Amino acid sequence: MIVADRKPIEEIIEYIKDANKVLIVGCNECVTVCEAGGKKEVGVLASALRMYFMNQGKDIKIDEVTLERQCDHEYLEEIRNIIDQYQAVVSLACGVGVQFMSEKYFQTPVFPGVNTCFMGVTEERGVWSERCQGCGQCILATTGGICPVSRCAKRLFNGPCGGSSKGMCEIGGEVPCAWQIIIDRLTALGRLDDYEKLAPIKDWSKERAGGPRKVVREDVRQ
Amino acid sequence: MRLRYPDTIRIVRVPCTGKVDIVHILRSFEKGADGVYVVGCMEGDCRYNRGNLRARKRVAEARRILDLVGIGGERVQMFNLSSAEGPRFAQIALEMTEKIRALGPNPIKEKKNKMAA
Repeated sequence: MIVADRKPIEEIIEYIKDANKVLIVGCNECVTVCEAGGKKEVGVLASALRMYFMNQGKDIKIDEVTLERQCDHEYLEEIRNIIDQYQAVVSLACGVGVQFMSEKYFQTPVFPGVNTCFMGVTEERGVWSERCQGCGQCILATTGGICPVSRCAKRLFNGPCGGSSKGMCEIGGEVPCAWQIIIDRLTALGRLDDYEKLAPIKDWSKERAGGPRKVVREDVRQ
Repeated sequence: MRLRYPDTIRIVRVPCTGKVDIVHILRSFEKGADGVYVVGCMEGDCRYNRGNLRARKRVAEARRILDLVGIGGERVQMFNLSSAEGPRFAQIALEMTEKIRALGPNPIKEKKNKMAA
């Protein structure tokens, strides 16, 4: 999933302080799972903002809605009939949702309500960590299912650097060495011979370095 | 026992304090409550293992948010006592009422009335 973290309320207050009517839009997908922008978080943020502005003596109406997704036309269309009433929208979706809503409703200011962080997993409730950087050319087949692009600080492709110590990365902060995990996993799979094979040079043009990316599938395109 | 405690308190029953969410606490203030306290079982005695521990964290988060929006986090508090502690329940009700009285009414209640007028 796409992992996001809550933005400080003070920052959101600053965005919307001049509006009279604001819509807070949540998203039922990834940000709900990482507890940053689902229906519950929309309720908490809206209530906090209402109280803040009421305490300031400002009469700002704050409404709430949570869409199934904000990265697809059909769900964003659900607010087409109401969006014109609002001077500002705070989207609690990831950066993708905020942008798609901005593109679709060009006349309405849309502000981000979360900080979008990475693609990752729920290690346990309240702990999320990165697993994929969307590099566009997956090499997990050769690395025992552990990704050196997202999990090695240096994105090394042919074994660890000198900074791997007792299974941990030298950058600190309890980050495990990705190559230690790769070697452990290849050993467990009885495929340690694969570790000896040199990885070919990666085509980084498929990663973000090649500019904004697009996938076009003519077989499913309408 | 027929103990008396202040009649300004409105009791909202929940199956476990683990059911209490941050938004429930916030909405009570939005609707004009002057204070909210959550009464859970003793820590370690939760029938559902972690219900009261979850509530404790949520109360802490609600306090943080209420401080941020200017209502004052000290208006929310969590207490842990067993169901056999009737006198302590009455005592807490009295203490909390006095504490909130000293803090004065919920600041947004007045402003809300002014805006409506």
